[in-house]
Amino acid sequence: MMAFLFGIFHTWLVLVAAPLITGIVRLTKARLQGRQGASPLQPYRDLWRLLQKESVIAETASWLFRIAPYLVFVAVWLAATIMPTFTTDMILTPAADLIALVALLGTARFFTALAGLDAGTAFGGLGSSREMFVASIGEPAMLMVIFSLSLLTHTTSPANMIAYVLSGHIGIEVSAGLALASMVMVAIAENGRIPIDNPTTHLELTMIHEAMVLEYSGRHLALLEAAAMVRLLLFMTIISSLFFPWGIAFVDAGPGEVLLGLLAWFAKVSVLAMVLGFCESLVAKMRVFQIADFLGGALLLALLATIFLYVSEAV
Amino acid sequence: MLGNTTLFEFLGSGRLVAGHRPWPRYLLDERAWRELINQLAVSDWTLLGLWADGSEVHAAFRDEDTADIAVASLATQDRRFPSLAGVRPSAIRLERAIHDLFGLFADGSADTRPWLDHGRWPISAPLAIVRGIPSRAPVVYPFLPVEGESLHQIPVGPVHAGVIEPGHFRFTCAGETVVRLEERLGYAHKGIEGLMAGKTLAEGARLAGRISGDSTVAYAIAFARAAEAATATELPPRIHWVRALLAELERVANHILDLGAICNDAAFSFMLAQSTVLREKVLRANELCFGHRLLMDKVIPGGVTADVTREGASILRGLVKELRKRVRRMGVLYDDMPSLQDRTVGTGVVQASLAHRFGAGGFVGRAASQGGDARKVPGYPPYDDLDFEIPVHPEGDVNARIWVRIEEIQASLGLIEQILEKMPGGPLTKPIPTRGGEGMALVEGFRGDILLWLRLSEVGRVVRCHPRDPSWFQWPLLEAAIEGNIVADFPLCNKSFNCSYSGVDL
Repeated sequence: MMAFLFGIFHTWLVLVAAPLITGIVRLTKARLQGRQGASPLQPYRDLWRLLQKESVIAETASWLFRIAPYLVFVAVWLAATIMPTFTTDMILTPAADLIALVALLGTARFFTALAGLDAGTAFGGLGSSREMFVASIGEPAMLMVIFSLSLLTHTTSPANMIAYVLSGHIGIEVSAGLALASMVMVAIAENGRIPIDNPTTHLELTMIHEAMVLEYSGRHLALLEAAAMVRLLLFMTIISSLFFPWGIAFVDAGPGEVLLGLLAWFAKVSVLAMVLGFCESLVAKMRVFQIADFLGGALLLALLATIFLYVSEAV
Repeated sequence: MLGNTTLFEFLGSGRLVAGHRPWPRYLLDERAWRELINQLAVSDWTLLGLWADGSEVHAAFRDEDTADIAVASLATQDRRFPSLAGVRPSAIRLERAIHDLFGLFADGSADTRPWLDHGRWPISAPLAIVRGIPSRAPVVYPFLPVEGESLHQIPVGPVHAGVIEPGHFRFTCAGETVVRLEERLGYAHKGIEGLMAGKTLAEGARLAGRISGDSTVAYAIAFARAAEAATATELPPRIHWVRALLAELERVANHILDLGAICNDAAFSFMLAQSTVLREKVLRANELCFGHRLLMDKVIPGGVTADVTREGASILRGLVKELRKRVRRMGVLYDDMPSLQDRTVGTGVVQASLAHRFGAGGFVGRAASQGGDARKVPGYPPYDDLDFEIPVHPEGDVNARIWVRIEEIQASLGLIEQILEKMPGGPLTKPIPTRGGEGMALVEGFRGDILLWLRLSEVGRVVRCHPRDPSWFQWPLLEAAIEGNIVADFPLCNKSFNCSYSGVDL
């Protein structure tokens, strides 16, 4: 019964908390640039405003263009429900593993790219082609990270992984460190953050993710924006729950532990949001073709993580 | 006739037109105009401007060996004149604009497509002596053809995602690599040249100050200097010094903003945040000292409308001191950012030879080995009494254009200090006599040299005014600079050029 309630609560929690985390990233960046910055609640107002607005659809667009935002949003939201936040005791946790999570994110990406092509504008095509270019290296890198973590913890289920890490079976592992580095790089690319993509730019020619959704407006855009926010929170949760799971509640935990888990999770993702804002203020965006080098590095790190695992076992 | 002839020797064969100041104007016949074209092919004479006036065309040149400046004129027959575009590619767009506005056809030009006239005006050739030719209907503009396998086009603009001026860019790409960029401008056409006709000098100066808002001081000085030249008015010295002070403040404010805006296009927004703060400090000091943040209408023909008070001077001294330190820090920050340099070094290279052929001035020219600056050559007061360096870099890339700006800011801050120190006393205005004449001025705005040509009637009204923005000779170089770069680097290149749309759309 608790698992059912926690599952429902978790599902809504990621949705409700996502805009706040995006708001914290933006506020951190603004403050570091010496600007006052908007309140961290601004993303909620933005989404609300978009939901009120009329959705304008290009004459050349097909049915795919209309349904893509819903598919993308649902896929990302569903992916977010797989990853435990404050407790591993959720009804859906045993139903899916991290490979399903990657597949759901891949599905969302696939439909965004199709929608980008659908209206037939040059920018949409440009964005879709760049997005697929990023995905072609980013997705294998992410799978590789998950493989090395599964080898380390002997499971692909996130809840079991967390339990394994917390049980103290692994100490300071080179593999875990490499996997973390790789995961962070993949997360930056998957979420289109600087130095891969700039989510706040108005320059159509430099966009990746924004170029694909350039034709969207109104509630469709709100869904896509919300999906991007949930995806950012999801990746932060992956990093915090898998690599720093301390504080998370288990099955049969008391209310105090659940509350602690909730606070710990929120503190962790907030810190990650601020770190992201800080790091984004330090670098310029890289040239489009260097993304291959960047993600190639992530893939290599993930591969090394796996190899080191076997090497250390052999020793 | 070909060979080592100076500009004056060559044009001396034509008829000297009286009342054109400060540089001579010669009326050529068609045979001499054709000889001029042949001579241009072998001479290092930079085309400074090409404009029409009724049925005449005028071309201004600078002899790079002797630094002489002169205007050659031709009375056209049957609304046709031999094109200069074959020997001076910078003339192509000017000739297209002449055709659209005056209905004069450049014979032998490789490009006869319309430029300013997008087929949406109620009449064609609005400034021609005989108008009334019905305008052509809006037609599909024929972009230059590009052929080859797997090429695709990306149309950008004229309406952009950011709040910027309108302009259309047609990219032809192979994947991410730009094969050709073609610009199509003219969306900000306001009929400046038509509006100028019949204006009094005061009204004309106001309008000139609004041709390109970010260069309002430079344009106002250009208009005032042309009017003063046309009426042979000598000004008391203090006026020149106040004007120079305003011009340098404008230059500093614009360069600082550019610096941040370029870095922001590489998604490094910290520099933009810094530069916006610094620019705001300049604008607030402007407001405090002169009563207008952008210094509009502070320069009028025959004088200036604002003076530097003692308090104003101390505010500006404090400003210069702070800016010098903080701009240096911005330079160090830029220099210490490998991720930023990675984007700017080697991006959007302008060949020095091309910059020279187009006579490109400003940071575009100076970043490609061109040292031209109207404050030095031909020079105008008070700059001959001031000590300053023109920064020149040879690389021609975005990085060089950033460094030219940083060094120019420091040079301008030095100029402001010198001006405040040495400024002579005296009256701030002098009445302009009511008389006719022709005047020309070359003034260094922050983008480069602005040419302004003016003809006044006997009652002191504007008969014809032609402002030539520096961007006329920089826009075409942007097309060349982006070739072989990737599409995603275009905004960075474009911002490093920061050409004026309004200034060339007229």
